[in-house]
Amino acid sequence: MAMQFYASPEQVQRDRSEYARKGIARGRSAVVLTYEGGILLVAENLTSLRKISELYDKIGFAAVGRYNEFESLRRAGVRMADLNGYSYDRRDVTGRALANAYTQTLGAIFTETQKPYEVEICVAQVGATPESDELYRITYDGSVMDEPGFMAMGGQAEAISNVLRSRHDATADVAAALALAVEALSSVGGENNTPREIGESQLEVAVLDRSRKGRAFRRISGAALTTLLGGGKDVPEKEVGEAGDVVPPAPGEDKPTVSAASVDLEGKPAADETPAKKPGRSKGPAEGS
Amino acid sequence: MSADIAPHGTTIVAIATAEGVVMAGDRRATMGNLIASRDIEKVHPADAYSLIGIAGTAGIGIELMRLFQVELEHYEKIEGAMLSLDGKANRLAAMVRGNLGAAMQGLAVVPLFAGFDLAPSDPSKAGRIFSFDVAGGLYEETGFDAIGSGSLFAKSALKKKYRAGVSTQDAIRLAVEALYDAADDDTATGGPDLSRKIYPVVMTATADSTHRLTDAEITAVAEDVVAGRMENPGG
Repeated sequence: MAMQFYASPEQVQRDRSEYARKGIARGRSAVVLTYEGGILLVAENLTSLRKISELYDKIGFAAVGRYNEFESLRRAGVRMADLNGYSYDRRDVTGRALANAYTQTLGAIFTETQKPYEVEICVAQVGATPESDELYRITYDGSVMDEPGFMAMGGQAEAISNVLRSRHDATADVAAALALAVEALSSVGGENNTPREIGESQLEVAVLDRSRKGRAFRRISGAALTTLLGGGKDVPEKEVGEAGDVVPPAPGEDKPTVSAASVDLEGKPAADETPAKKPGRSKGPAEGS
Repeated sequence: MSADIAPHGTTIVAIATAEGVVMAGDRRATMGNLIASRDIEKVHPADAYSLIGIAGTAGIGIELMRLFQVELEHYEKIEGAMLSLDGKANRLAAMVRGNLGAAMQGLAVVPLFAGFDLAPSDPSKAGRIFSFDVAGGLYEETGFDAIGSGSLFAKSALKKKYRAGVSTQDAIRLAVEALYDAADDDTATGGPDLSRKIYPVVMTATADSTHRLTDAEITAVAEDVVAGRMENPGG
């Protein structure tokens, strides 16, 4: 039988913390900051997998670290928010309750499992004014911090935070806030500590829009993002995108929509079709047979 | 009788237009021979591009609609993309099927689902309407459809007036006319209530989003329809 060597709880905690910190520091960073019109969430992201997401009407989510781990946390958050909103009322879903649930989960994972989650997440809730915005930072060990208007997560978060701290202005417009966020993100990671260039394609940007009723979360991408990065202010609301990410999957050329075996029934001219074989129609009415 | 124990919602109409769909519902709920509510709202947005109207036991219908709304939003947030319009309709059909037991005991509810298809196989038919039966059967309708106790009269009215490719503005008028005809011949359907200023709920779903006609907009249409009927009661 293998001998169990004694390790003090302090040593175990230290080892786990170090492991989680190293994992988080390897990834790219994200920043969240308030501005006049809401809360801006910006992540450096080369993939199409999301680091920023909507949790509920006024609540957004940003994360850095291991994708599979923060994605499972995001899903749990969406599930909790939707379930509480359905069971009680939409007003009863709060950022504080979500942050609370995340600290419980991450704290339990940190102390009870072999490997801590290598993630750091932000729960942001937009309020009526920048002063009433709430930003919660939840770290791998389940500790939670209430951040004052801005926060950075991921590798070299301290350096990024310093840039934000010196320049953050809660009364700035969205273009200025985005410029600051990009400047902060690009201030680290260059050669010899020089700033580097972060292209539009490397950015994932979203806002929690203070002025919107209902679902405040909007992604900014494509033409709207180009305009904003160029310092443009008037981005038409329509271009700022929908609450959800994208339109549903389009019907493919060779993709059956009636059944997997129905390829030969699809795309025929209407005249050829008998009523029973119309796409989207399954069977006749129950009382008809 | 089950009609006496819980309020029943009555007539809903939906019309496919050049820009999308229009859905309208009267405001009456009945309990047996009583009017349970004069201002119930039976047409709601299901999500940003689709509408749901309910007929039958109001309590179950409203619960069904609320759960459906949550399911669509939940899917959208979890997956990062909306369900296709067919996917939404299939999901709703399964939910109606789930109510079959209660339906057999008299608490039936049947929804009408319509929406703007963001990824249609035929771009000229982006506005689509789906009807259901209590067993969860799902049927795509062409042009227009109605459900509820007054649907027979509403559909007859629409059959004579509906033309494919009708504009949204004309379809709103058609929908209110059809509800007037339903109220004319069906005791469980309420007509425009001029004295209390209670008018049908009318919603549209187009490429932009869903829109509920404001009080001013619907008042103008409803008063116009009623004025027309003063001269010609048959429309």
